[in-house]
Amino acid sequence: MNSATWYGLLGATLAGIGLYGLIVHPHVLRKILSFNLLGSGVFLIAGVVARRGADAGLPGDPVLQGLVITGIIVAFSATALAVALLLRLAETANTASLSPGALEGRAGDAPLPADGSDPGVARRREGS
Amino acid sequence: MQDVTTPGGHWLVLALMVPVAGLLLAVLFGGRHAERIALAALPLGAIAALAIVMQMLSSGAALVYCLGNWAPPLGIVLRADGLSVAMMVTTVVVLTAIALFARIDFATPRGAREARAPFVFWVMLLGVWAALLVVFLAGDFFTLYVALELVAFAAVPLVSLDGRAETLQAALRYLLYALAGSVLYLVGTVLIYGGYGTLDIALLADRLRAEPVAIVAVALMTAGLLAKTALFPLHLWLPPAHAGAPAAASALLSGLVIKGSFFLVIRLWLDAFGSVMTPAAAQLLAALGAGAIVVGSVVALQQARLKLMVAYSTVAQIGYLFLMFPLVLGAASAGAAAAALAGGLLQAISHATAKAAMFMAAGLVYAALGHDRVADLRGAARALPLTIAAFALSGIALIGLPPAGGFLAKWLLLSSALESAQWWWVVVIALGGLLTAAYVFLVLSKALTTTAEPVVITPVPRSSEVIVLALAIVSALLGVAALAPLDLVLIGRDEVMSGAR
Repeated sequence: MNSATWYGLLGATLAGIGLYGLIVHPHVLRKILSFNLLGSGVFLIAGVVARRGADAGLPGDPVLQGLVITGIIVAFSATALAVALLLRLAETANTASLSPGALEGRAGDAPLPADGSDPGVARRREGS
Repeated sequence: MQDVTTPGGHWLVLALMVPVAGLLLAVLFGGRHAERIALAALPLGAIAALAIVMQMLSSGAALVYCLGNWAPPLGIVLRADGLSVAMMVTTVVVLTAIALFARIDFATPRGAREARAPFVFWVMLLGVWAALLVVFLAGDFFTLYVALELVAFAAVPLVSLDGRAETLQAALRYLLYALAGSVLYLVGTVLIYGGYGTLDIALLADRLRAEPVAIVAVALMTAGLLAKTALFPLHLWLPPAHAGAPAAASALLSGLVIKGSFFLVIRLWLDAFGSVMTPAAAQLLAALGAGAIVVGSVVALQQARLKLMVAYSTVAQIGYLFLMFPLVLGAASAGAAAAALAGGLLQAISHATAKAAMFMAAGLVYAALGHDRVADLRGAARALPLTIAAFALSGIALIGLPPAGGFLAKWLLLSSALESAQWWWVVVIALGGLLTAAYVFLVLSKALTTTAEPVVITPVPRSSEVIVLALAIVSALLGVAALAPLDLVLIGRDEVMSGAR
């Protein structure tokens, strides 16, 4: 087995560990980290495919390198969005879990407004 | 056969530029200008979509635009065929209704320069529109990956617009499902490139063979797309996300965002892998769809809250969309395949309009009554006649009664099922119609019950009710599409369909 195959197996292992963690871990930050691990495994696989498909004289197929760069940018933006949502959730509900049970019995749990309007939208004037 | 920019191909770029430019200007100017820019961009987008339709009808072929004048496999193309154009027009129509409806809910308060929820809503509306246009027009799988991510990133903030902890959880769950889905899609894309040297859909239609690399790639990509489309059993993120969002955002999410990843499944299975996919594989996909119909409808019947019921109805209706795959791939003739394809497309369009109207009607009910408990809806029809009429009309479209588009779609699917001797899908379609009727009539029977004295409501603006009713009427009258030639769906698909046989 040459080095490309070893790297491919490594990438597949990382992806497997990442996917397992994404599904199994209850804490959201661990899910986000597992997603990043999964992404790293996928980028390694892309690198292996680039190595094997390279023309003579080139170290790797440049198209796949472009794919990996785009994938890294996308994964980075996704992580930023997920972390921002997680921070907001932690501020609002003092929890980092996705289960509804973690929200019960919180102090200061604001009920929905009695006039029926959605809390996040502008208040409608009467009769308008 | 080299791809070449067809005359009128520049309209594709112009159509894409409208929402993207609107998005950039909205973020730049901020505040209440975001709403005005979004409302100004919608007519421009409609003009571009109509121009593309007319160009396609006159030339009878797909519109192609080679970016940078480089043809594949070196460059990438934008390609508009009959399916893309139908989805583009649907998107503009539904977005216009949602935008007019949301002008009241998401208006920046007087005296404030900028408010969080309205600004985010209008910017994300433009973002979803731009991303969906890329999904409908892109001609290679990697551009479609980027478009898929854009759709997810624009849709996730819409879920948690009100900032409550439950909606933040729902938004995070949606984001994590969407990210897992797109990573699986990316792995499949990498494998396809490694195996066949290109990602262009038209080139792949010729090159793909039923080999392990292709089968593993399509399995991974399909699994990822199913997670994003919330097909059973990967549907668990959808009900809390769509029910927790504000009404206009739910309409956008259920009506349009879901259709993006579904459109990608069509591109994958029928365009690129058309010659590789066996009808047996398509049976598996449609079996999951049948599971979605049954599970979604049964759980919808048990819901106490109207918005959750409508969200589970979305889960069920998504199952219908996937019934078209064995019917197209197992069709005996090209004409039967075209009929099944038209049925699936019309089902998607009908669901987009009807579900958007239904969510907006549910939002109006919630705003007027102060709650959305189904059991306590007595007297709602007398208090909100237009809203309940809109709910009823969109329910008719979902059940599939004439003259709604849903009826024509189910008719096309049923006839192609009988023609290809796959009678079990007839049973599924009929059962789905009955279950949908059950929960629609459940709501309507409660709402139409008269009470001794009138129900006390907070008045909702008459204009909102009229907009929702107008969209519901559109969904209920989509059956007039029977008058349009079936060939519209086939424009630009001739090479692909003949390559598939």
